[in-house]
This record gives sequence, C-alpha cells and structure tokens, in this order.
Amino acid sequence: MKRSDNRLRLRPEPFDYFNIPLMILMMFVMVYPFWYTLVGSLNEGMDYIRGGVYWWPRKFTLYNYKAVFMDTRILQAFWITICKCVVGTVSSLLFTSLVSYAITRPNLKYKKVYIPFMMVTMFFNGGLIPYFILIKSLHLYDTFWVYIIPTLFSVYYLIIIQSFMRELPNSLVESAKIDGASEYRIFFQLIIPLSKPVLATIALFTMVNHWNTYFDSMMYTNSQWLQTIQLFLKKIITDPSVARSLSSAAAAAVPDQAVKLTPQTIKLATMIVTAVPIIMTYPFLQKYFVKGFTMGAVKG
Amino acid sequence: MSYPEIRPDSGRHRVSDQLQLQSMVWPGLIFLLVFAYIPMYGVTIAFKEFNLMSTIQSAPWVGLSNFKEFFDDPALANTLRNTLFINGLALIFAFTAPIVLALLMNEIKFNRFKRTAQTISYLPHFLSWVIFGGIVLEMLAPGKLIGSLMHALGIFPEDINLMAKGKYFYTIYTIISIIKSVGFASILYIAAITGIDQEMYEAAKVDGCNRLQKMWYVTLPSIAGVIVIMFIFQVSSILNTGYEQLLLLQNPLNLAYSETIETYVYKTGIAQSRFSYATAVGVFISGISVLLMLTANGVSKKLLDRGLF
Repeated sequence: MKRSDNRLRLRPEPFDYFNIPLMILMMFVMVYPFWYTLVGSLNEGMDYIRGGVYWWPRKFTLYNYKAVFMDTRILQAFWITICKCVVGTVSSLLFTSLVSYAITRPNLKYKKVYIPFMMVTMFFNGGLIPYFILIKSLHLYDTFWVYIIPTLFSVYYLIIIQSFMRELPNSLVESAKIDGASEYRIFFQLIIPLSKPVLATIALFTMVNHWNTYFDSMMYTNSQWLQTIQLFLKKIITDPSVARSLSSAAAAAVPDQAVKLTPQTIKLATMIVTAVPIIMTYPFLQKYFVKGFTMGAVKG
Repeated sequence: MSYPEIRPDSGRHRVSDQLQLQSMVWPGLIFLLVFAYIPMYGVTIAFKEFNLMSTIQSAPWVGLSNFKEFFDDPALANTLRNTLFINGLALIFAFTAPIVLALLMNEIKFNRFKRTAQTISYLPHFLSWVIFGGIVLEMLAPGKLIGSLMHALGIFPEDINLMAKGKYFYTIYTIISIIKSVGFASILYIAAITGIDQEMYEAAKVDGCNRLQKMWYVTLPSIAGVIVIMFIFQVSSILNTGYEQLLLLQNPLNLAYSETIETYVYKTGIAQSRFSYATAVGVFISGISVLLMLTANGVSKKLLDRGLF
C-alpha cells in the first residue's frame, strides 16, 4: 500500500518539467567553472591562448603542474599555509574549548560578568585601522605568530561549543571530581573525548578559514617567506609582472618546454592545486558545516 | 564518606577548585581585552592626528577635522554610490536568491536528486575568493568563454574585455556573489522549511491549493521569521562589502565602479598610512550601519510584529 502511495507521489507534474531542468542548470553553473579551470590547467599554454578550450584539453600536458611544483615561491607559500592551518587550528581549538568548558560549569563564579564581557565583542569592534595599529604595537606584524595568536579565541565558536558541552550529563563531571580529578584532567580526559563531534565541526570551520583567506597575509605580513598560497595566487591574478615571473621561472626549470609555457595555464594549475585540499575534504565539510551552521544560527 | 565536602558549593575545596576553573576563563578574557577592547578604544584616533611615531594616547586631539576632510573628499560621491549600489543589488538579488532556491529545492520529490543538487550548490562557498574570483576573471578575459559566448549570441558586436568596462561591474559582481553564496545561504531556509508541520500542506490541499499556492500561502509565511532576521542582518551590513572579493576584482579600469567604502578605508589607511582619516571613515560607516539596523528592526516590528530584538 505504502509503496503504491510512493509511486503516485513520484509521478512528475508540470511544475517538475520546469524545476528539474532549472536545478540541473544550477548544478552546471556551480561545477562548470571548476571544470573549465581543470581543463585549462591540463592544456598547453600557447595553445590555450587561442581560446576555445571549454570541455576537454586540446593539447594535453602535465607541464603546468610540473612548473607549479618546481617554483620555490609556490612551495614555500604552500608550506607556510599548511603550518598556519595546522598550528592555528589546533591552538585555537584548544584555547576556545578550554574557555567554553569553564563557561559551562554551573559553579563558575562571576559568570554574570564574564558572559556580557564576551558578548559585547560580538557586536562591536574597533575596525580595520585600530586593529592594524594594535598588531603593529604588539610586534606581531610580519611574524608567523600573526597568523596564530589573533585567531586563538572566537566567541562565535565558543557559543557553538558550549551549547554542545552543556548537553553533556553533569553527573559525569561530578563523579570525576569525587574521584579526585582536577578540572584540567576532567577537561582533557573527559570533556574533549566526549565533545568530538562539535570539535570536529569547529576544526573544519577554522581550517577552511585559515586555508582560504588571503587578507591576513596581505595586511599583517610583508616578507616573501610568510606569504600564504592564497596571497601569492592573488598577486598572480592581479599583478601581471608576478604572473610573468611565474612562467619565466618555469621556463628556466624546464627549458625544452619553455615555448609552450604561459602564465595563464600555470596560474590555473596553481588554483587547482590550492583547491584540492578543499575538494578532498568536501564530503566532511558539507556534512559538518551544515550542522554547525544551523546549530550556530539557532543558538546564536 | 566525605561526599558533602567535595561538592562544588561546599566550603573547603572551593578556592582551589575555583582557581583552576577561573584560570581556564582568564586567558579568554585577556585575549578579548587585548584583541577586541583595545581596538575599540583605538577608535578614538578618528578624532586625533595619529601616526606610527605617536601612541593612541599621546596623539593630539583634532576634533572633527578628519570627518570634514572625508566629506570634502572628491572620492566620496563615487565610493558611496558604489557601496550603495553594490549592496542594494545584493539586498534585492543575492538576498532573495537563496530563498527561491530553498523553495525550489523543497519541491524536488526525488530525494537522491535533491541531496545531490544541494551538495553541489555549496561547492563555490568552500572555494576561496581567490580561486573563485580567479576563475571568473579567467572566463571573462577577452577571447575566453563568456566574451566569445556573448559575441556568438550577438549580445556584443565585438569581443570585449568585460572587466575593463566599469558599467558592467555591478552586474558581474552581483551574479558572481549569487553563485558563490546562494547554495550555502539556502541551508538555513531549507532547515526552516523542513520544520513546517506537514498537516498545513494537507489542509491547503483540501482547500484546493496547487503547488505554487502552497508555496505562497504555507511555506513562505512559515519561514517569514527566518527571512526577517536574515534581512535585518543584511541591512545592517549594507555598507560592508567584502575586501577579499573586491580587491581581487578591482583593476584601474573599473575602479570608478568598484571602489567601495571598505576598500577605500583599506587603501587610505594601510597603503597610504592615513590612519586617523581612514578610522574616521570607518566610524562614520559603522554609525550609519547601526542606524540602518535599528530602522530595519523597528520597521519590521511595526509591520510584521517580528524583529531581532
């Protein structure tokens, strides 16, 4: 009975003939730019300039990728970005969840002062320039730590984490205390393992932010060795001289292919390489992000 | 059994227990004091003449002269116009697109197709603006996909560089912001639609509603609360465009249409080191944003009896 009901429900109606093609078009628009880039990055540079490489590489080559992996600036930029992601995510996760745990304890004194003190920062900030002056006067400017320290703590993530921790049974903490465990021990050995789902969500949030932004690198660093891959890509895209230096560096590395290399296709290959970590974690990303996003929206 | 003594609220162990607990919160408070409250105090440089030699405290007061300078600045008109246009278009199109997408998604009856469509719609959100913007610029470059397509369709007489034509900037910017954000922004609405009581649809069906009518009379009113909240947020950020995407899409040829208050603050403040001036511009903008948010909240409370606070 149920089955026939289902079949009845699934019979397409006139509206579907409009809706389904529209959704297919939507998906095409979302995916095609990425496909376009991939195809271009696998095409010979000189040939790509002629245009018309839309669906499939016309003259297939992997030299663009070789050029990417032989450019020391790109490799250095990747290395810094990976360091920034790993150190930044682990440290801010630890820092924020520690504060979150303390905030969820019902017996925390002065909680009524602490919470407003934190919430105010969600609505007011000093803006770009005073923040920049602060970074300068803390001597964080142009150091690796400018990527890590200013992002250690986030009130927004605290709200999400503490709303999860609040649901954990209080009796667990109480019984651990009776067994003589210190607050830190309770946090590390009890709370952290129990909070894995929410911590995974926040870890992904933080990591993607660290990986994707270029603004911090542009604003707060100056040295070449500190530039992240996103900033370097931004320079390739907006500054023709940086783009040209890319292909001349590549040409020096692989002289026999030099005539076929162009900045455009090397740029496309760099984009693909930069996007790969995101694409690889996409199944997790979309699952956890959706959860975290709706969670934060409901509670915040 | 020494049970009562160890209970958190009882005498002897409290101090040390609480010290440990307190020591977990303090780093967070110190962090906010330094990275949130000190910059708030730093806003005072809008009324001072600050340079990197002086400190925020020692810089001399100059009253409103930084603000005056901003109002006399010939760049003001253009920058303000661009900010309002870019965000006005976002309010009309980029704000409604996720609602429409959520409604359409909800009408898909084939579950697997629905899930796939949803998953794919988020994809651009997770790619950085550099990658996404870079791809867009590549596709818009002369002789590449979009230009050739437009030319082939007869929309443009010749193959032109779209990014060099300032007058197309608003349109291009609006379209690509929609593509980047529509899928992810629709999540909230889809979540809200899932929560609607199915009996309402049954009742509507009994009353003879077709699908569009159900959408209009059941679905939309049911998610109105979420829409209003998101709308107020959007209005309050009407003067904040993103730096990352704009700095990427700007070039000297389209600057007359792509320079907004935010990128202007960045350029005058950081690149030209006019700290006090740029802070004054920022303060002015924040003031207007707060006013706009309060207005939007007040209006929606009056008309719809719903608001953020």
